[in-house]
Formats: sequence, structure tokens, C-alpha cells
Amino acid sequence: MAVPCAIKMENITKRFGKVVANDHINMELHKGEILSLLGENGSGKTTLMNQLSGIYFPDEGQIYVHGKPVTIGSPKDAFDCGIGMIHQHFKLVDVFTATENIVLGLEGEGKFDLKAAGAKIKEICDRYGFDIKPDQKIYDMSVSQKQTVEIVKVLYRGADILILDEPTAVLTPQETDKLFDIMRAMKKDGKSLIIITHKLHEVLDVSDRVAVLRKGEYIGDVMTKDANQQSLTDMMVGHSVTLNIDRPEPRNPTPRLELRNLTVYDELGVKRLDNVSFTAMGGEILGVAGVAGSGQKELLESIAGLYPVRSGEIIYHNPVSGKSENLVGKDPLDIKKAGVGMSFVPEDRLGMGLVGTMGMTGNMMLRSWRKGKGPFVDRKNPEELANHIWKELEVVTPSTSFPVRRMSGGNVQKVLVGREIAQEPSVLMSAYAVRGLDINTSYAIYNLLTEQKMKGVAVIYVGEDLDVLLELCDRLVVLCGGQVSGVVDARKITKEEVGLLMTQHRKEEAV
Amino acid sequence: MSTPEHSAPLLRMAKRGEMLPAWKAWGIRVIALLLSLVVSGIVIVMVSGLNPAAVFATMFDGAVGTSKRAWVTVRDAMTLLCIAVGLAPAFKMRFWNIGAEGQILVGAIASAACMIYLKNLPTPVLLLVMICASLIAGGVWGFFPGLFKARWNTNETLFTLMMNYIAIQLTSYFVALWENPYGSNSVGVINSQNKQGWLPNLFSSGFNKDFGWNVIIVLTVTVLMYLYMNKSKHGYEIAVIGDSENTARYAGIRVNRAYVRTIILSGAICGLAGFVAVSGASHTISTSTAGGRGFTAIIVAWLAQFNSVVMVIFSFLLVFLQKGAQAIASAYNLSQEVSEMITGIILFFLLGSEFFVNYTVHFNGRRGQR
Repeated sequence: MAVPCAIKMENITKRFGKVVANDHINMELHKGEILSLLGENGSGKTTLMNQLSGIYFPDEGQIYVHGKPVTIGSPKDAFDCGIGMIHQHFKLVDVFTATENIVLGLEGEGKFDLKAAGAKIKEICDRYGFDIKPDQKIYDMSVSQKQTVEIVKVLYRGADILILDEPTAVLTPQETDKLFDIMRAMKKDGKSLIIITHKLHEVLDVSDRVAVLRKGEYIGDVMTKDANQQSLTDMMVGHSVTLNIDRPEPRNPTPRLELRNLTVYDELGVKRLDNVSFTAMGGEILGVAGVAGSGQKELLESIAGLYPVRSGEIIYHNPVSGKSENLVGKDPLDIKKAGVGMSFVPEDRLGMGLVGTMGMTGNMMLRSWRKGKGPFVDRKNPEELANHIWKELEVVTPSTSFPVRRMSGGNVQKVLVGREIAQEPSVLMSAYAVRGLDINTSYAIYNLLTEQKMKGVAVIYVGEDLDVLLELCDRLVVLCGGQVSGVVDARKITKEEVGLLMTQHRKEEAV
Repeated sequence: MSTPEHSAPLLRMAKRGEMLPAWKAWGIRVIALLLSLVVSGIVIVMVSGLNPAAVFATMFDGAVGTSKRAWVTVRDAMTLLCIAVGLAPAFKMRFWNIGAEGQILVGAIASAACMIYLKNLPTPVLLLVMICASLIAGGVWGFFPGLFKARWNTNETLFTLMMNYIAIQLTSYFVALWENPYGSNSVGVINSQNKQGWLPNLFSSGFNKDFGWNVIIVLTVTVLMYLYMNKSKHGYEIAVIGDSENTARYAGIRVNRAYVRTIILSGAICGLAGFVAVSGASHTISTSTAGGRGFTAIIVAWLAQFNSVVMVIFSFLLVFLQKGAQAIASAYNLSQEVSEMITGIILFFLLGSEFFVNYTVHFNGRRGQR
């Protein structure tokens, strides 16, 4: 008799209202393998895995663990079955130590023996080569260490099936390599792993087998050794796509936005940007690279007049009048009144760039509500713009008054990017403009940005995918811990070099 | 590893994928209202053994049975509506103005002061002065919490609540000052002989002769507020701030300025409600002039989801329930608590129905596991 699969999912179906997130999915995870679950955003990967970890309950279908039918109705049930999931957003208590977080929520009789727990954690760490200290508080840890704590947490609970939801999104290339080593070590130890990702090179690097989802359906699986980037993309998208970004040479770049020794502190008095200086040119795309939380958000918000600046200057060179003006101390309204056409796609879409409870029209008005004399707002022009974006970017929504909060992430993103580009800016800033978008739309956005660049707009592109940054941008500013660790030519530098710049500051600290 | 037995969850709730059409949403609310009547009927039988149909008839009769009663119901509904309309912009902006009680009281004090000290002015002028005075008084009462919130980010809930106590003390002071007759510890009906500063009746004769100008004033304010909230630039700012302060700043809205401006407006209209209560209804002032209506109005505003036109319905419903409950209490010699239970049951169902408007519930029978 063959060894039963670690997990077998049979006809799993999950619906949200009219949306079928998972449509009769049959999937297997073999014992001791690393399976990549690949699919575009919104293809149902996380939903499917959440049914294994007890967060959602399937509407139809049956799950088998090690050959036995099980019902998983809560995260605790999942742990009882030996399934542990490491979520994209960490679920840790900042002021607790690693040990306290790991044992949090465990049941048991009598007094809890924290020391014994510490020893067991130490043993797990030694076995797989994790470098965390059990007594270290979470707030003292780097992102990668926090992730390690999450992994130890599920191992401590005896999980032999691990699910990792986009674990590399927050890691540098070097940290990613380390994580992959750990995954291989766990596999050698007999654990079965599923990694959710949409980065193809990672799939090819770490996994044994790839399962592909598309629009809630199970497309099929291939052995990794028989696959390549193009074949996987075609499976994911459903038709052949070309993965090249057109990067024309910048046409006559002129300084547009000059940052001089910009330093900002947050509410708690922590320095977020430290002496940042660089120049963004009109007619080029300037990429900003860095590990998440290196000051990207603060940088863009400072320029937009939304973050208090402690010292330094942001000089805007007006391409029409030829005048130069310092933007520090101005709020968004002042900046607009000064004649600066600034568009901004912030990272937090619904918390900053859009009004979740309003429809597309109401959100178009965010940029135009002040126009016109008199106390009443004009709805007609925003309505037209909303209709235009609806059609042009193929936004999926029942109407222009449907609350954007209830649209899918990719559509929300289209509404925001569409509106900002429609402002005909002279500076266009975007933070993670393609996060949550499918491949086709991502490339459409890259083309839109390049189009803006060729119109002479100064485009500042904060990105997380180094491959894209290196293909799309003309120059790169690399941030590390709030400092600029390098301004480099994106056409000449390699990914590894950028990765080193991204962590340079940390290495120095370690020495 | 052993595979433990787990049971599937019995029921699961899921957010609706798309908005319900309006008729369905209202259908759910009407069903909830009917259900609440059934349940309160059962409670009535269990508690008192009375025929629920007769009890409901008494309720109806108590609220709108005669022209006089109908007018009192309308009058009180108008006052409640005015307060709810005043609260709407503040709450829509997520500024928790629970200081309507105080704002009503200061508006009422201002109106009463005009009635006492300026009674020689011609009636239309006097009424106009009273309206302005009550608006200003309420606005000032709103201004301070707004200013402190904008400047020092103080908690507006506590601040507005504490302003209520100041207003109550102020009212006590003026009641003592204007005491009439001496030693009664109340102000008595002001200008009872010549009715200076009383809102005149709308019609001079006929069935409706009781009806006063309250209706016109409050409905005008309601419609104006509807336009302000839905069509004006200020209304747009309020909606954006209520959703996300960061988005508002991103869109170039001066958030602090909008806070102060809106809370002044909110307080002013609550002050106007004080005028409506004094000049249009009681013609006197006491510490119970607001009578908890500043809090009841919060329920009205939320039930109507800050749509001032929909608030008309809910103001009437709440006042109707209150009057009906009082009628049952006196007709059947029940304690006030029983009638309040009925009001509570009805509100519970109405508020609870919003859950079913926004969520669907799946039951997991055997059939669920195919």
C-alpha cells in the first residue's frame, strides 16, 4: 500500500456571497515534500489554505490528513491534526518574549513551566538552526526573526505539516535564502510543507512540486524540475504572456524634486529618515528599494506634506515657471496651491488614498471636490472620470457608487492608480503600485508609469520586487534603516548588490 | 498521529458579497418590527395575562388616539428629530458628541432668558432673537470640546459629557434666579398671560388647530441638513473625515478646522432644539428640559445612519413607543418598567435586524456535508 498523503483535499468549495473563491478543488500534499501553491492574487490560494488551518470552514468537500477524514472547524482543530500555518501578517504580542508568544494559548493543568518550554524551544532552534533567543522581546526583533518565532510556534505545537503564506514578501534576498535553507532542513526531517507565493524564481528554487490555482480553480500540478518561468506563468494566467518591461532611455531628464538632508521623527521620537538626500528627475523612473519599513512610507508622506519634517529641504523645480520652491512645512492643500502637480498612490489604500465607504465617484472627488465656486460639490465630472476608469482599466464593480471597500484588492488599486494618473501630475509617487494586482494588470501599470515618464513626469516608484525594480526603473535609491545606502544605476547593478545595500546598515550594527 | 474527532461549526456567518437591494433591506427591517411585536405580545401575556391585541390598541390610542395626543406625539417627535439632526454631522465625522443634553439646556436657557427679559419686543422679532440666541448658546457649548480636540486631541466623549453637568448646574442656577412663584423651586410657565415668545399655532381653527410652528422649523432644518450633508463641500469633508482622517489630510482637507466648524454646527442645532422645547412645547425651563432626549437622539441618528430624512421615521417611532408605553402603564396599572421592556424589545429587534442586512447566516445540517 502506498503511503497516504499528508493532506488530501477533495472537492473543496468555498463561496463568499456570489463569489466562488475555491471551486471543487482536489489537491494532495505528499509526505516530506515542499509544494508551491502558485496563483495570481485573488486566485484563492490563501482561502484554500485557511480552510486547512481552521480559519474558514469549507462549504463543500472533505479533507483527509494522513489518509483519515477530518473536520477542521477551528485553528485548534488544525493543530490537533498537526497542521500549522504561518500567516503573512504576524500574530505576535510585541511586549512578550519569544517563549511567551510561543506558549501563548496553550492549555494545560496547573502551573505553567516556562523554563521547560524555553528548553524545548532551544532544542527546536538547535535542530533546524534558527537564530532566535527565547528571552528576546518581539519588539526587539527584525522581521525575519519574528517570522522565525512564528515558525517555531507551530513546530512547538507539534505540527508536521507547515503552511507558509507568502513568507518572502517581507524578506531581503539573503534572508529569503536562509528561510529556504530552513525549509529544506524541515523537509529532511520528514515535515511536509506548502509555500504560497507568486514569485516564480522562488518556486523554482525551493519546491519539489508546483500546484497552480487560477480564479478559484485548480489548474494542475507539475514537478518543479520540469517547469520554467514561462511555463508557470502561462499556467497561472491561462494564456501566453510576455514578461518584458519596455524601458526606453529617459528623454532629457531635468531635476524636478531635490531632497536635501531630510530627517524626520515619528510620534514616539524614533528617527525614521536620517539625512536623506537625492534628486528625482523629470522624465525618469526613480525606484526606491529597501526592506519593508526602512522609511519608504515616511519618505513619500514627507514629500506629500503628510509627515512632519524635523530638518532638511524638499525643493521643487517647477518645469513651467522655472521657479524653485521649498515644500517643507506645506500641507497637501498648500502644495496644490503652489502649483505642484503631485500625485500619490500611498501604501495604505483604504486608510489614506481612498474613502472605503464611498463608491468610485466619491473617490474621484477626493482630488476635485474643492473645484468650482459656491458651497456645493460637483459630481458630474468625477462621475465621468469614474466611468472612464471603470472602462479603461476594466474595474470589476457593479456600479460607480458601489463602496470601494467591498471591491477586491486589485480593483481598489486600479481605482486609486487610475485617479492619480488622471491628475496629469508633474511628480507621481507610488508605493507598491502593483501589490495585489494580477500579472496582466501589473504590466499594464508598468506601461502606464513608463508612459508618464516619457511625458516628462518625475516618477518615484517604491517597490518590493527587486526583479521589477531592476527592469522598470532608470535609477534606484536604496534605503536601509532610514538612511540612503546607495543611489545606483538600475541598468548596471545586480540584484545581489542591491540586496547587500539593503542590509548594509544592519551588518554594520552587528559588527 | 491520531486523528481527533471534531464537529463542524453549527452556524457560520458571512459578510454579504454585495449590497442588498433597498427593498430587501427594508423588508428585513419590517419583518424585525413585526417579530418584535409578536415577542412583546408573548411577554405581555406571560407577565400580565392581558390580551396583547388590546394592549397594542391601548398603545396606539395613547400615542395618537385624540387630536391632542397626536399633537403631543408630533411635538415631541419634532424636538427629538431636531436633536438627532444636530447630532448627525458630528457622528458622521466620528466625533462622539454625547453632549447634546447640555447643548439643549444652554439653548433652552438662552430662549427662556429672551422670553423673560425681552418680552416687550414684537413677537416675530422676539422669536428670531430667541432662535439666534439658542443657536449661539448651543454653538458655544460645542465649540469648546471641538477646540480642545483640534488643539490638544482631547477625548471628545468625556469632554462633551462633562459639559452636560456644567449645563445642568447652570440651569439650576437660572431656575433659582427666575423662580416663580417664590418658593416653588420652579420657573413656572413663562409669559402665561400674553404668550410672548411662544411659537404660534399653524392653523387658527379646525381639527389641527393644536399644531404649532415647531413642525415647519424642524422640518426645514432637516431638509437643509440633508442638503448640507449630501451636496455641499462641507458635507463631503465630513464624510471623508468620518471614514479616515488620513485620507482627509491626503485630500487636502484641513481636518482640525472641519472638526471645530462641524461641532459648532452640531451644538447650535441641539441648542435650537432647546428653543423648540421651551418656546414650542413646555414654555418653561427646568433641569429636565432635555430629559435624556440628547441620548435617545443618538439612537435615532444611528438607526437612520445619519440620513436626516430617514430620521423623521425613527423619531416618530421612538416617541410613539414612549407615549404608547406610558398609556399601557396607566391603563392597566402596570409599572413603567413593563412598558419600557416593550420599547426595549422593539429596539432590540430593529437594531439586530441590521446584522441580517449586512450578513448571511448558514446553518450546518447534515446536508451541508456532501
